[in-house]
Amino acid sequence: MIPELGTFALILALLLAIAQSFFGLVGAHLNRQSWMAAVTPTVAGVWVFIALAFGLLTSSFIVNDFTVLYVATNSNSALPLMYRIAAVWGAHEGSLLLWVMILATWALLVAGFSKSLPVAFRARVLGVLGLVGVGFIGFTLFTSSPFARLIPAAQDGADLNPLLQDPALAIHPPMLYMGYVGTAVAFAFAVAAMLSGKLDASWARWTRPWTVAAWMCLTCGIALGSWWAYYVLGWGGWWFWDPVENASFMPWLTTTALIHSLAVTEKRGLFKSWTLLLAIFAFSLSLLGTFLVRSGVLVSVHSFASDPSRGMFILGLLLFFIVGSLTLYAIRAPSLKSEGGFAIVSRESFLLLNNALLVAAAGLILAGELWPLLMDAFDLGKISVGPPYFNLVFLVPALPLVMLLGVGMHASWKRALLETRRKQLLIAAGGAIVVALVLLGIYRSIGAPLTVVGFAAGFFVMASALIEPVSRWRSGQSMPRAALGMAIAHFGVGLFVIGVTGVVSYKVEKDVSLAPGESTAIAGYEFKYLGAKPVTGPNYEAIEARVLVTRGGKPVVDLPTQKRVYRVQRNPMTHAGIDVAWNRDLFVALGDDLGQGKWSMRVQYKPLVRYIWLGALIAAIGGLVAILDRRYRSVRVTESPALKPGAAGETA
Amino acid sequence: MWRYFVPAAAFVALGGVLAFALVRIGSGHLDVHEIKSPLLGKAAPAFALPSVADPAKRVDSRNLAGHAYLLNVWGTWCAACEEEHPALISIAQSGGVPLIGIDWRDNREEAVRYLAQRGNPYQEVGSDEDGRAAIEWGVYGAPETFLVAANGRVLVKHIGPLTGDVWKQKFVPLLAAAGGK
Amino acid sequence: MTPRRKRMLAVGGVLLGVGAAAALAFKAFDKNLLYFYDPSQVAAGVAPVGKTFRVGGMVTKGSVQRAPGSLEVRFVLTDYAHTVTVSYTGLLPDLFREGQGVIAHGQLHDGLFVADEVLAKHDEKYMPPEVAKSLKHATPPEDRT
Repeated sequence: MIPELGTFALILALLLAIAQSFFGLVGAHLNRQSWMAAVTPTVAGVWVFIALAFGLLTSSFIVNDFTVLYVATNSNSALPLMYRIAAVWGAHEGSLLLWVMILATWALLVAGFSKSLPVAFRARVLGVLGLVGVGFIGFTLFTSSPFARLIPAAQDGADLNPLLQDPALAIHPPMLYMGYVGTAVAFAFAVAAMLSGKLDASWARWTRPWTVAAWMCLTCGIALGSWWAYYVLGWGGWWFWDPVENASFMPWLTTTALIHSLAVTEKRGLFKSWTLLLAIFAFSLSLLGTFLVRSGVLVSVHSFASDPSRGMFILGLLLFFIVGSLTLYAIRAPSLKSEGGFAIVSRESFLLLNNALLVAAAGLILAGELWPLLMDAFDLGKISVGPPYFNLVFLVPALPLVMLLGVGMHASWKRALLETRRKQLLIAAGGAIVVALVLLGIYRSIGAPLTVVGFAAGFFVMASALIEPVSRWRSGQSMPRAALGMAIAHFGVGLFVIGVTGVVSYKVEKDVSLAPGESTAIAGYEFKYLGAKPVTGPNYEAIEARVLVTRGGKPVVDLPTQKRVYRVQRNPMTHAGIDVAWNRDLFVALGDDLGQGKWSMRVQYKPLVRYIWLGALIAAIGGLVAILDRRYRSVRVTESPALKPGAAGETA
Repeated sequence: MWRYFVPAAAFVALGGVLAFALVRIGSGHLDVHEIKSPLLGKAAPAFALPSVADPAKRVDSRNLAGHAYLLNVWGTWCAACEEEHPALISIAQSGGVPLIGIDWRDNREEAVRYLAQRGNPYQEVGSDEDGRAAIEWGVYGAPETFLVAANGRVLVKHIGPLTGDVWKQKFVPLLAAAGGK
Repeated sequence: MTPRRKRMLAVGGVLLGVGAAAALAFKAFDKNLLYFYDPSQVAAGVAPVGKTFRVGGMVTKGSVQRAPGSLEVRFVLTDYAHTVTVSYTGLLPDLFREGQGVIAHGQLHDGLFVADEVLAKHDEKYMPPEVAKSLKHATPPEDRT
């Protein structure tokens, strides 16, 4: 009964979403106040019914209802409760329901927090979100219903993929989808602005907090995914340029560009058509990512069971939204005029460069992603584009991006001679180089030529981000939250750069074969294999090996590492042993039984690796601080609040 | 101002390429799931395996000659085999064609227990502990099901769990040709 | 500067950037493309010797061999028409198993494929599409139904 109720709730949600888009878009077009007023209740209704469907599916998982096909294929009665709940989004159908749930939540938030927007604009935004909802609720219902029955019922379920039985992965998809789907909000604002024809700076101001919120979730989601891959999947790798990783990284790059471009559009009335285009691109790349992951066109470690009919459905949605919005853009953009110019050295120029570099990086990654597909489609041979390509095409735009960032933060609008901050910047730059050289000394190696550049750039960005907050604090001034958020976010970027540089330059990795009592040494640490014994978990059996790590004869840590075999799926899985310290990770992964008591093992030394995720987290916190700026909350917005040119704000 | 249509046109082109790729997947060009067996239309490989029920006896393909039969490769370790088990039982009960099992890379005691617990749809089950017979049959993974005609030729191969629908669509139409009763 | 000149400058800058990016992409493509061959192509001598490429197929049952205590492992990849022996030193992925489809990345030396990386997908039902395709090619056309 419960699955049928779930399907019914989804059908109701679909009908309400149709009503939501109709009342929103047609009501605004015909200027019918009563129709537009009907939008908010429909948004709430869609949310209630999707939440109901989601709750019903969750309850089927909790009570182990194996008459539901999706539950039977992704859960097991021995699965711990926490993972039974996380299993709801463990495969295609349920994760799509989560996607829709999050979309409905964003729409509800927009409806709740945008009471001050002009009625027609708000109706259009919610109408566009309704259309997206119709597309994806329809997709769920017609191609991927999680409520399909399994008759006769399974005795027990096929269990959740062991790789997904992990706390980080329980929260990674919701976080990532919040970001993915959040780009739909920026998209809806852009389309609403184009539909209304009022493309002044106001829409940019209204959409900024939403875009930053989406960016924040995307940042956290990607960082969580990378962290999970690090200790579950990759045996110490933290980024693989896997198609699915790229599918989330490309929207992140464009959303980052969009945040910066929105600042220019709002403050200075420039880059208007470019900003619209970016908002469309960010959402398009999110949809494209969804398509690539779920259609089976690209095969990746993370991809879902593929089905071409699903692919066609998403491709249809993709083309409808993207081509529709780009056509609208083509009609509106020619009428857009920039309001005034700027000097070559100015905040505008820096932000323009930022956008060009970020979009170039996204474009080159997209090219690498699609190139093998093209080759294959035209029978030009089977190729793959590997990490060396992506590393190169990402590094080339990213390097100038980071180096310009430290200076660009202090440029002011229109024209910037950087005079006011010249002294501090020089101190920051000098200090950064000194610290970078000290680090090289600590690691007793120059590393790659890029090592010193990476360290210096990272420290320079961090120092530069601190200049403004520190000088404000010393002179007793308060700092607007938006400016503080920007400083925090950029500080995080600097930390991230240092983490990446450290790991890439100084990591040590060794595959060894050890018998009990034997040891191996890397980076000054001695790893001694003590022995292995069988252990039993709730739904798996494992061999646990203990490795004693010492440094200079002193014990550092006793690291257990396991090779697990999950009872139902029989997949072996390595559970790595990791010792975390502020300056490094030690990593041991158990390989295979080589006979004669020997086991193969991979031991690794990962300097500064934690700062990769810490940097991303700090950047996301910066986003949160910026959203909480008073400016976004209490300002009563009138119809044309465009700032006069020249009224330069302090924040970007 | 046609240049403003460039982004839209570029996406249409991209969409075309992606649709093309999908169609190729749909037409089997890239399909991961449908793997044609080199055995189709050829004589079924011979096997003689110790019976799971009684290791002293042998399940011999020579004794099966002249009749159509279904060959199902399974194992107690295989979750998808459990999934198809009810379907196998109802096929066996319908009595159209005898079902022969190959218990692949498995433990005999566990197999006996498994069949006692869930019911035994098989006329005979051979134990293929070292996986030789499965190699002969070109088995990728369990479960796989073959329909062998009375003349000893393989007519159908199905990879993955056998469901009622698959049975109706893929196997039933060929039963008459197979010479099953 | 006038807005017009500025726009020209911006357009010029963007063009320059796009051009540089495209040049970079092509150069990077050229160097970093990895071709895929199936065991039949390797057996037929189509695959290059001493150059890195990828080969995929099923791990033949019973073919995985390891000298006791050694990190080196050898196994035979097949597309059911031809086989290629692969040597790999290091940790095999969790899901490496006999009878599974895998992709090895490395070079061919004297008929032995020396892999520096072996990939198996984290899904028991998975078969890399290239492997599926090469297996299909191994089937003579008259055998298809």
